[in-house]
Amino acid sequence: MDIVTKPKLSRRILDYTLLTVLALIVLAPFLIGLWTSFLPTMQIAQGNFLSTKVSFQNYIDAFTQTPIIRYLGNSLVISTATMIAQLIFCSMSAYAFVFLKFKGRKLLFTLFLATMMLPFEAEIIPNFQTVKAMGLLNTYSVMVIPFLTSAFGVFMLRQSFMQMPIELKEAADIEGLGHFQFYWKMVLPYNRIPLMTLGAYSFLGAWNQYLWPMLTTFSNDFRPVQNGLRQLQSEETFNDWGMIQATAAIVVIPTLIVLFIGQHYFKSGVNEGAVK
Amino acid sequence: MSITLRNVRKDYDAQTEVLKDISVKVETGEFFVIVGPSGCGKSTLLRMIAGLTPITAGEVSIDNTVVNDLPPKARKLTMVFQNYALFPFMNVWDNVAFGLKARKMDQADIKQRVDEALKMVNLTELAKRKPRELSGGQRQRVALARAVASDAKICLMDEPLSNLDAQLRIKMRQEIYALQRKLGLTLIYVTHDQVEAMTMADHIMVLNDQHVQQIGTPSEIYQNPANEFVAKFFGTPQINILNATRSKTDNHVLDVDSDLEIALDEEVPAENVKIGIRPDDMKVEATESVEANATIKNTGFLGDETIIYATLNSGEDIHVVVPGQVNYRIFQPIKVTADSNLMFFDKDGKRMNLSKEAYVHA
Repeated sequence: MDIVTKPKLSRRILDYTLLTVLALIVLAPFLIGLWTSFLPTMQIAQGNFLSTKVSFQNYIDAFTQTPIIRYLGNSLVISTATMIAQLIFCSMSAYAFVFLKFKGRKLLFTLFLATMMLPFEAEIIPNFQTVKAMGLLNTYSVMVIPFLTSAFGVFMLRQSFMQMPIELKEAADIEGLGHFQFYWKMVLPYNRIPLMTLGAYSFLGAWNQYLWPMLTTFSNDFRPVQNGLRQLQSEETFNDWGMIQATAAIVVIPTLIVLFIGQHYFKSGVNEGAVK
Repeated sequence: MSITLRNVRKDYDAQTEVLKDISVKVETGEFFVIVGPSGCGKSTLLRMIAGLTPITAGEVSIDNTVVNDLPPKARKLTMVFQNYALFPFMNVWDNVAFGLKARKMDQADIKQRVDEALKMVNLTELAKRKPRELSGGQRQRVALARAVASDAKICLMDEPLSNLDAQLRIKMRQEIYALQRKLGLTLIYVTHDQVEAMTMADHIMVLNDQHVQQIGTPSEIYQNPANEFVAKFFGTPQINILNATRSKTDNHVLDVDSDLEIALDEEVPAENVKIGIRPDDMKVEATESVEANATIKNTGFLGDETIIYATLNSGEDIHVVVPGQVNYRIFQPIKVTADSNLMFFDKDGKRMNLSKEAYVHA
């Protein structure tokens, strides 16, 4: 006898149809963008979206006629640097908040959290004054230094470090591991999933920055992709929409890669077996 | 490596005292068990010996050297945790090798030690597995192998078997005992299980209520408990404790009630006395209601013996273990007697040394 009752076929067809329609609605802008990136600009201008003159010409143009490679390179440098810095500094300060006993630990952590409540937009003017005074405008540093660490990252890692069984620390103490060794050999490998999550999060966060680089960069030498896209649109006298769409599609690719790689690792149960 | 504790104390703050005035000497190669109910501070005591928890006062010495201020590593010991504390991202072999690598031992030496340790706990085939691919018993063995591989001669174990099922626990108990003897380890073993303590220990320390209740061999502790707590803690089913008073007519006689009294050689020294009788030291016989001093409440047949639950006429519940199978009806009147191994405690539960030439009659 079938104990689990399967929903009726008609019901399932209905469910899946509804889901498919909703998915299409959500994906529509992306799909339209992708489709137009294969169409000649002339066709787009004429509103001829169902044209069959599909080609990769826009992509070739994007790479040959615009500084898109430079933009991608800039963003890659900025995002990678931000990601590495956040992983190092957030994990270190989270370690301190969990494993070091010092006076005022709670107060300090509360202060950390308070900075999370403040939206970045509210910090823009003082931050701008600061980087300007430091003479950092229009450099890579200006897009990395304010984001070397993040209260959210510290908070997230602290929560997961606190989940570590205290016996692992005791076992490490008995083997004579110092704080740095324990951090490096136990804490980081044990928490590699949260670290990867933070890595992906900070990479994408930096990749998708718009407001801050818009204020602090003025040349293509340092401009990251999102601002580059905007630049393409405003710079060209004749808006080559096909090419702009192609560039936008290229810009999205790294995001997808990060998400796909990330998904592969977000399997649960990796730390099972440490303690019963 | 012997371990000596001298007047060791632990406070978490001024109000909460966890351990008071603990003094004990653990000899080299001894299997020493610390036993007590949960929350009695036994794990804290173990961590104080390991150096993981600082001590408030007193002195811990290993091999006659005071180690109060030495970090855990310098005390040259290993520890096995209740939840094993395995490193989930390393395979079995690396888990065992970890401590040796941390101590910067020679590569060839590490390989030899780890291989030997794994062989000793029968894990050689599973060396490449991750902890999550092992069963509870196998994980426990990895934790043991870590202790075995180390060259430290002191091993501390914190309730290592309490996460295993009953069958496996008996098996691992034998394995731990065999390993300890084979390697000549000085082993301090913390447990709340009196059976573990009785079956494995050379010496037992009973902890309760922040104090050492008694230190002794398993048979001393069972046969000669220092107080009511120790008497009650060891032995299943639990010892019967009966409240008695000095008889008004004869001060050599203790009355549980008018139907059950005990005559002593000497005068009863206190108004109120508690009498402890192990369930297998009591005798039960069926009798007429006039002669009876108790009634049957229930019986439980265990195969080789039967537990009889009865209520004394005074209203106190007792249990008696008799060999084989016996048949009593519920509410059947019986006569309960005991003529040997009686223990006496004062009203605070402290053992009184009274001559045992006593009898119980209806």
